[in-house]
Amino acid sequence: MTDEKKKINLTIDGIRVEAYEGEMVLDAARRVGIDIPTLCYHPAIGPIGSCRVCVVEIENGRGLPASCVTPVREGMVVRTNTEAVREARRTVVELILASHPQDCLECERNGRCELQDLAMRLGIRESRFHREKEHKECDTSSPALVRDADKCILCGRCVSMCSEVQNVAALGFAYRGTDALVTPMFERGLADSKCVSCGQCAKICPVGAIHEKEEWQKVADLICDPDLHVVVQVAPAVRAAIGEEFNMPAGMPVTGKLATALRMLGFDAVFDTQFAADLTIMEEGTELIERLKMKGPLPLITSCSPGWIRYAETFHPEFIPNLSSCKSPQQMMGAVIKTYYAKRAGIDPDKIVSVSVMPCTAKKFECARPEMNASGQRDVDIVLTTRELACMIRQAGIRFQDLPHGEFDAPLGISTGAATIFGVTGGVMEAALRTVYEIVTKKPLGKIEFSEVRGMNGIKEASVDLGGTEVRVAVAHGLSNASKLLRHINETGERYDFIEVMACPGGCIMGGGQPRSQDPDIAEKRAAALYAEDRGMEMRKSHENIAVACLYEEFLKKPGSDIAHKLLHTTYESADEAARVSRKEAM
Amino acid sequence: MASDVQAKRPKLESVGGECKCHGKLPDDRFTKLHDVIEEYKDKPGSLIPVLHEAQKLFGCLPEDVQQFVAKGLGVPESEVYGVATFYSLFSLKPKGKWTISVCLGTACYVKGAADCLEALKKELGIDIGGTSEDGLFTLEGVRCVGACALAPVVVIGDTVYAKVKPEDIKKILAEHVEAHSAEAHVS
Repeated sequence: MTDEKKKINLTIDGIRVEAYEGEMVLDAARRVGIDIPTLCYHPAIGPIGSCRVCVVEIENGRGLPASCVTPVREGMVVRTNTEAVREARRTVVELILASHPQDCLECERNGRCELQDLAMRLGIRESRFHREKEHKECDTSSPALVRDADKCILCGRCVSMCSEVQNVAALGFAYRGTDALVTPMFERGLADSKCVSCGQCAKICPVGAIHEKEEWQKVADLICDPDLHVVVQVAPAVRAAIGEEFNMPAGMPVTGKLATALRMLGFDAVFDTQFAADLTIMEEGTELIERLKMKGPLPLITSCSPGWIRYAETFHPEFIPNLSSCKSPQQMMGAVIKTYYAKRAGIDPDKIVSVSVMPCTAKKFECARPEMNASGQRDVDIVLTTRELACMIRQAGIRFQDLPHGEFDAPLGISTGAATIFGVTGGVMEAALRTVYEIVTKKPLGKIEFSEVRGMNGIKEASVDLGGTEVRVAVAHGLSNASKLLRHINETGERYDFIEVMACPGGCIMGGGQPRSQDPDIAEKRAAALYAEDRGMEMRKSHENIAVACLYEEFLKKPGSDIAHKLLHTTYESADEAARVSRKEAM
Repeated sequence: MASDVQAKRPKLESVGGECKCHGKLPDDRFTKLHDVIEEYKDKPGSLIPVLHEAQKLFGCLPEDVQQFVAKGLGVPESEVYGVATFYSLFSLKPKGKWTISVCLGTACYVKGAADCLEALKKELGIDIGGTSEDGLFTLEGVRCVGACALAPVVVIGDTVYAKVKPEDIKKILAEHVEAHSAEAHVS
């Protein structure tokens, strides 16, 4: 594609650079190894041009333009490291620091803060400026995210992510000048806004202004209580990324090390959410077959992604009847742990603390939903993000990169390759198709991989022949893509039978709780890790999971049974409706 | 232009700044706002004109009015809030019957505008941006109004008071109320 674009020649710091029409000076410079510092720029959202840290000098040009929003021109002569440029960058960062709290040592982002890095890189040794900013209370209203407006540097990354990429627009700019703020409407708490808890804002915030609600210290304490049986489950996407927290290359699967680390942390049992992903396929596959037979309501839409569920409840309640009634794998696992596992292991479910490690901040919101208590207890007690688990591992003094391979505990640690790919966009669809095809046609699949639903295109479509019935499927990731697909269905009435939606662009591997990264190819690398794991698995179809088969035989009877429905399925409610009811109750 | 705006401004039964802004009363202002939104809908850049009309109808832009506009135009609530708070012409809170603008431009400042402002604050018991308890006055500081020869200048509603002394404030306010009480609600 780039071949069709016009080539442009320019000089950056004396190096002749070949660039393409429309490319920005920043990208051209980085390609030849000149790392212009940035602050508001992030590859996941594109240039904003608000912070002015990436300024450069251009011969015969006026002032110092921001290189992230300055397109290359033929014959351009750019200098990125002159005295004027260095002085301007330093002043910009000093001005930001002037009203930024100086409590770095106690900050959640201490040591991993982009502003801190920048101050260090630019050699800032004194702050010449100081400004008192009006103090704003830290917003802890959401079960998933904490927003500390005092630390906000107004770069606009979160606003751009929330409105353009996720189409939620819970966060926006308000007021102006020195009063400017990033806030939900009417300075409400996030819990009272349209926030869906996807956490993409927390993943790209350069400082500690927005982050997950941390609960890892609590988990570390609970593990030490001898009266409690603390079990953990870990989602597929975590294994594709947690290595990055320990300086391992992106895309290196670390499943075995992860199991070892969890055991070393002292969890009484180490389970794999992938077991529940296989269970989800059995339940959701059955639901799909049922709905295809009964002709509706179709399309069936997946329900594994709690950010997506909240989005549908808030912005597209007309699709609520289409949502699969299946709980997400995390919640299914929670219900199974406090019933089946508790009984089998002879442990009082009251004494079980069920922890899950997720790539996701919305999972914290999901676990707190009042209806998630089918077992008579909270299905899941505490959700940690991938980043929080990394904190726990660091605190425990575990050298993650050097750990030997470990295994998950049976039976809730046994899983298939179909479950592994749940962590990437298209994965739930592919896993479902592998199983549904074989159940419907009673024939083994020739080609096990459905390449049409793989890859990072925002919306993917395919047709699958299920023994004479053509099933039309679509996959969307990132909420603006989901919204585009739903609006397309509303406007054209186009027929689909089965749709997979994941709230985060790229799927769970790029979830709001994952390690922060500025690598533009990070999604592909993490996806490759999961696909490689899948290829290496002995069992690659959910219905081949013997542990899941045992669970049905000993406890749940069959997919879609009454007890399966009670424990593994749920209901949804339009956010407007829910708000109306709670307002009434309050009155 | 100003008189045009004046003419369209509906007479509200409420006086003393008690805008019944909270939308809970059966009130036809939302019906009117709905018509405005229908007229502007699908036109790019329609948010600001619609907010203007909304402020004319309600006197200010309270939460439910902003939500109504957001829903009607299909614009995110956070964006409506951003615009409503960005421009000083829009107000989230009900304003008094008259807005007092104290000129803080250079000439007025040198001639003692700051003392007038202090006197007004004391007399009304409010700070800049506040509205007096009786709902009559909203106090604002403004930049040069272009009447430097009359410095220091205080503008109340549409009336300009020239060469104001802090000790005159009490009298000016009382006279203003007496002279303009028959006027429609202005905000």
